[in-house]
Amino acid sequence: MTDSVAGISGMIIEKLLANPKVPRDIDGNSKIVEDLAFDSLAVMNFVMEIEDELDVSVPLDKLADIRTINDLAGCLHTLKVAHA
Amino acid sequence: MTDIFAKHQGLREAYEGLTAASPRNPFEVVIERPISASVGIIEGRETLLFGTNNYLGLSQSKKAIEAAVETAETMGVGTTGSRIANGTFGLHRKLEAKLAEFFRRKHCMVFSTGYQANLGTISALVNKDDVLLLDADSHASIYDGAKLSGAQVIRFRHNDPVDLEKRLARLKDHTGAKLIIAEGIYSMTGNVAPLDKFVDIKTRHGAYLMADEAHSFGVLGAHGRGVAEMQDCEDGIDFVVGTFSKSLGTVGGYCVTNHDGVDLMRLCSRPYMFTASLPPEIIAATMAALEDMQGRPELRTKLQENAARLHAGLQKVGLKTGEHVSPVVAVTLETVDQAVGFWNALLENGVYVNLSLPPATPDNRPLLRCSVMAAHSPEEIDRAVAVFGEVARHFGL
Repeated sequence: MTDSVAGISGMIIEKLLANPKVPRDIDGNSKIVEDLAFDSLAVMNFVMEIEDELDVSVPLDKLADIRTINDLAGCLHTLKVAHA
Repeated sequence: MTDIFAKHQGLREAYEGLTAASPRNPFEVVIERPISASVGIIEGRETLLFGTNNYLGLSQSKKAIEAAVETAETMGVGTTGSRIANGTFGLHRKLEAKLAEFFRRKHCMVFSTGYQANLGTISALVNKDDVLLLDADSHASIYDGAKLSGAQVIRFRHNDPVDLEKRLARLKDHTGAKLIIAEGIYSMTGNVAPLDKFVDIKTRHGAYLMADEAHSFGVLGAHGRGVAEMQDCEDGIDFVVGTFSKSLGTVGGYCVTNHDGVDLMRLCSRPYMFTASLPPEIIAATMAALEDMQGRPELRTKLQENAARLHAGLQKVGLKTGEHVSPVVAVTLETVDQAVGFWNALLENGVYVNLSLPPATPDNRPLLRCSVMAAHSPEEIDRAVAVFGEVARHFGL
């Protein structure tokens, strides 16, 4: 399920929903900072959890361009393909 | 016209919310004057200082004060220039030689602040072709230095050698230099880094290791050289960075190393080059404080005893502290409102500590950060613990 951007996006949403504070109606287009109310530290810490699932490391500068869950999924997919 | 301050609206709301709920502004505490290392006048009252970084009490060192006065009288109060222009006096070179000798390293560079030591060292050591591996709980100066460098930045889990190794393994095909950065003692929690384990890992993976011993210099190790000395792994640390503004009680920062390449850093480290050098009286006071520290190893013993006394005392009154016994003892609370109320009550009862709020704290929880000094008497520590206990009971903790 983590071989495609959509699969990674689904996995991210599943992980996010495990946190009861996250709104229930999120989807791939949800904005991480605005819709999920994550601050910069929360984003970095959340990405750390996902990194282990996919066995990749996301350099911090890549996070600057990420707005939505799908953006994050796309970034992780690119890194995973490059790492494979 | 676009409001240039509009971007700070969120910050303004958070700030106003916090200050509205607090009888005093936690960011505008004024120590009207220090009476001694451990007592200052705040709001007209004598207040126990448990929120400084003056671990050995040397901000009040007689020798350092005398050296500063004498030097100011003979050399003036400033250099008015950069280290690479007119800002290097004989004293700057002398302090660098003394620090290199103290750390048993070939080279030392002195910076104008500890913040600039991290900025200047990191940004000169790595660039966009390199990778920095930072402990997730690193100080802002490390993150800022990383940003200035342009290197790729990868965070590893706080104090976690297994996680670091996993991330280095993912970089096995990366051709640039890899620099791992960890702190000796973490400033917010007092946690001590497993530098010895990081040395093993960096050796296996062909990386460099930099340790920021800002809070452990003068504090840990038989001679005060920090966590690396305590863990007997100094030879494996490539670069040690630190500050004079904690255990030595003055201001300034340094980087020491055995790598000869560091000499060129003086010509490419922008935070070293494009700022005025430290004034001569500060350099003289720092040298005197260093000598004072070396000549009085009992200060470190007293500091450890005091740290253990405060740590045990706070645990005994039922408060949650970190597991490491170090001069930084942080009490973790659950909510910001609770922490603000607790902090105000401590101050009203004559105890000053640091109020540390998320996102500057790990785990998104607020901390009451206490720091101990060799200069605290057992009675002062017991008094602070008693006030903590009374306030905790008042808040039903």
